[in-house]
Amino acid sequence: MEKTIAGKTISVNDEGFLTNFAQWDKSVGEEIAKENSITLTPRHWEVIDYIQNEVRKESPLSIRKVGKSGVVDIKEFYALFPNAPLKTATKIAGVPKPASCI
Amino acid sequence: MSNENGKIKKMMIILSKATIENVYAAFVLANGARMEGIEAELFCTFFGLEAIHTKKLEHLHVATVGNPAMHIPTMVGGLPGMEAFATHMMKKEMDKIDMPDVKEFLEILVASGVKIWACKLAMDMFHFKKEDLYEGVEAVITVGDFYHRAEGEGVHLLFI
Repeated sequence: MEKTIAGKTISVNDEGFLTNFAQWDKSVGEEIAKENSITLTPRHWEVIDYIQNEVRKESPLSIRKVGKSGVVDIKEFYALFPNAPLKTATKIAGVPKPASCI
Repeated sequence: MSNENGKIKKMMIILSKATIENVYAAFVLANGARMEGIEAELFCTFFGLEAIHTKKLEHLHVATVGNPAMHIPTMVGGLPGMEAFATHMMKKEMDKIDMPDVKEFLEILVASGVKIWACKLAMDMFHFKKEDLYEGVEAVITVGDFYHRAEGEGVHLLFI
């Protein structure tokens, strides 16, 4: 389905995840963050960059992995993206929702 | 369950066993809840205390006897070394799927905001002290305290 985010027409799935990363830019990320009541700081962007890099490398994401990344620890990850950090952060980053249980 | 289509807001998980598969089940469920933005608390009682006892938590075993899913005849499962061997094999498989060991998993749970409690009655029974437990454990509480913590809408209790 299609949704207007930051003035652009963006393809998203029923959970609001972007289905085409080429349509993502920082303003799209910012608006999705706002929908999730998050104001992005430079710390958020460091995590988002990391997530996008991992997805580019086709390396599967998990909470444990993010915690070991050296970019952010698990406690801060939850503080930056409250509630469901991995889901929220990947949504803002414009990448698919990780199918991870850990 | 009346509001918000029965949305789960909090999982209260009671861990009463110390076999590794049960401990991991409880940990994965608690962590998985937090990953979805659901609150989670873990109440360790009876043998479940071994999962948070600093001297025991790294020595948990899988049960090879009385566990038909192991597909080992009971008599064979009871042979010396079988439990250790099966545990070793299972840990190897867990490592392959990026599963943390018990200690690291506890750290992940605490960092993720899972509250871990120890059951007072079981602590007394096993003569354990709060100092014997993993540092991330919140406190030793009674079953009544735990039920009070479970009050509210969208809270589910799960016994493992």
